[in-house]
Amino acid sequence: MTAVHPAAPVRAADQDAQAQAPRRRLRSVRKGAGRQHHAGPLTYAVLVLVALASLFPLYWTLVAASTDAHAVVSTPPPMIPGGNLFKNLSYVWHNAGGRGMGVALLNSTLVAGSVTIGTVSFSLLAGFAFAKLQFPGRGAMMGLVIATLAVPAQLSVVPLFILMKNLGQGNHLSALILPSLVTAFGVFFMRQFLVQALPSELLEAARMDGANSLRVVWHVVVPIARPAMAVLGMLTFVQSWNDFLWPIIAMNGSSNPTVQVALAGLGTGWSTDWSIIMAGALIGTLPLLLVFVLFGKHIVGGITQGAVKG
Amino acid sequence: MATSITARGSDPGSATPDRPHPVPPKDERRQAWRSRLYRWDTKGSPYAFVSPFFLVFAAFGLFPLIYTGWLSLHQVSLYNVDQAKWVGLKNYTDLFTGPPSHFFWNALGNTFTLGILSTVPQLMIAIGLAHLLNYKLRGSSFFRTALLAPYATSVAAATLVFALIFSPESGMANWFLGLFGVDPVAWEAGEWTSQLAISLIVTWRWTGYNALIFLAAMQAVPGDLYEAAALDGASRWKQFLHVTVPALRPTILFTVVVSTIGATQLFGEPFLFGGQSGHQGGTAHQYETLGVFMYDQGFRNSMLGRASAVAWTMFALLLLIGLVNALIARRLRKSQ
Repeated sequence: MTAVHPAAPVRAADQDAQAQAPRRRLRSVRKGAGRQHHAGPLTYAVLVLVALASLFPLYWTLVAASTDAHAVVSTPPPMIPGGNLFKNLSYVWHNAGGRGMGVALLNSTLVAGSVTIGTVSFSLLAGFAFAKLQFPGRGAMMGLVIATLAVPAQLSVVPLFILMKNLGQGNHLSALILPSLVTAFGVFFMRQFLVQALPSELLEAARMDGANSLRVVWHVVVPIARPAMAVLGMLTFVQSWNDFLWPIIAMNGSSNPTVQVALAGLGTGWSTDWSIIMAGALIGTLPLLLVFVLFGKHIVGGITQGAVKG
Repeated sequence: MATSITARGSDPGSATPDRPHPVPPKDERRQAWRSRLYRWDTKGSPYAFVSPFFLVFAAFGLFPLIYTGWLSLHQVSLYNVDQAKWVGLKNYTDLFTGPPSHFFWNALGNTFTLGILSTVPQLMIAIGLAHLLNYKLRGSSFFRTALLAPYATSVAAATLVFALIFSPESGMANWFLGLFGVDPVAWEAGEWTSQLAISLIVTWRWTGYNALIFLAAMQAVPGDLYEAAALDGASRWKQFLHVTVPALRPTILFTVVVSTIGATQLFGEPFLFGGQSGHQGGTAHQYETLGVFMYDQGFRNSMLGRASAVAWTMFALLLLIGLVNALIARRLRKSQ
């Protein structure tokens, strides 16, 4: 079973990109040579310790969320779940953040979902154009895309706040969706992938066939870019779901918050009962954690891929 | 699907717009129209494809960037955003030498110390972990997913959990230290202790993520380099220092840049760590970062002009860091 894992980071990319297969395989063979040492007991001990440190705060969120206001702050702290989990969860689900965590969860899903769909499709189009199409100004425009990576989020929150207020979009979910519909990182990520994975002959062949640009994108580019689209989609979803600064400002005092805004409200005075606060944190964390358990291997692969190419 | 198109394309010129052999006049006109469409399509579609990015960037990136600069020269109230009063450079001079300057320099200092505390150990631990994960390992998939789990946790959720763990009276951290006879620590109230605790949150969330990035880079190092080093009698530690680390230079630079940018903008952790006290950044501003300072000035004290000046100062800081990074990168490349 372990033999499969070394190749996991590149596996997603290998599907569909047959043209690349021989070179990739060669590289993964060489890769194997670099890691011939077996791990010693000390390595396992350290890794187990680190894994525990990574997972314990999450486990403890669950434990704390299942206690009550008194038990959660008792000494020594509780280490096994108590019996209040569902009571606390349902309380937070119905009450926290104005209309309850349930609504917040729905809002976050809506925002992160829209942002993901927008980012993946627009990044695909732009990335494809930058990778494979010839047009005047291409180099300069790509340079501009990379330059925009350096512009921090803080720089835009004040004008965005004024803009959204004037547009009548303050406190509205679209205020969170519109600014993130496409990112420079996404365009760059897609370009880097398509430059390598999309053979130019394939495009020419489709062109010869008389396919117009949109048909080329749909029938040639999308099938090849699918693994990269999945990875970018997951990264974007996680990032959008966890976005904090802009939602806090845009949704300030909103009765229709996202998960993060509701959590911030929970943590800054809405409730003084830590078991309730932790129940909120649990609800806010669980959906993404579930996604990670289900697609963990692909996300791990995607992160490493994006990083090495970025 | 891709192969089917290749197969059709191999049939030479079956549907090419400019067909060479003679065609009837009626078809010819349609043909001309088609080839014109085709030319429009090839010329125009690249611009159509990149336009969504540039439209979104113009509206929500470039315009705010310039507008923030304009606002930073004005006095603007949160409740009356349309009435801006020109004040020249007053917002900047206020920040550097005026009444709020004490808090500004304090926030700048905190951003710096928190940045060091949260990135340096984090990246070093991440490289070490990547090295361990690079061994032949049972359950490597489990370890990788476990290490990445904190990355899936949001700033808000993570900070709330750690705020409880570090709570002064009955927190788990103090209970644990108490087992070793250490007196309870007032984590949140102290300057160093609060910054240490916040750095721990950042480190907890991002170490695994960076370890996986390093791991991918390590796996791309050719094995023969290690074999050659082993033949020369280099120990495993020497191999790590003289083969792995040099090969990792570009990746290290990448993570350093990303972490520095993240650290400069640190906001969520110091914003929420104080919890119920209602003081973002600490009652004595002991862990207030530039990000929190900006939020405070703009959205609590309603001084949007001053907040804009803070934002532009942060931008200038990031550009400076970028420049330094670029210089170091060039140095490294030359020395190689």
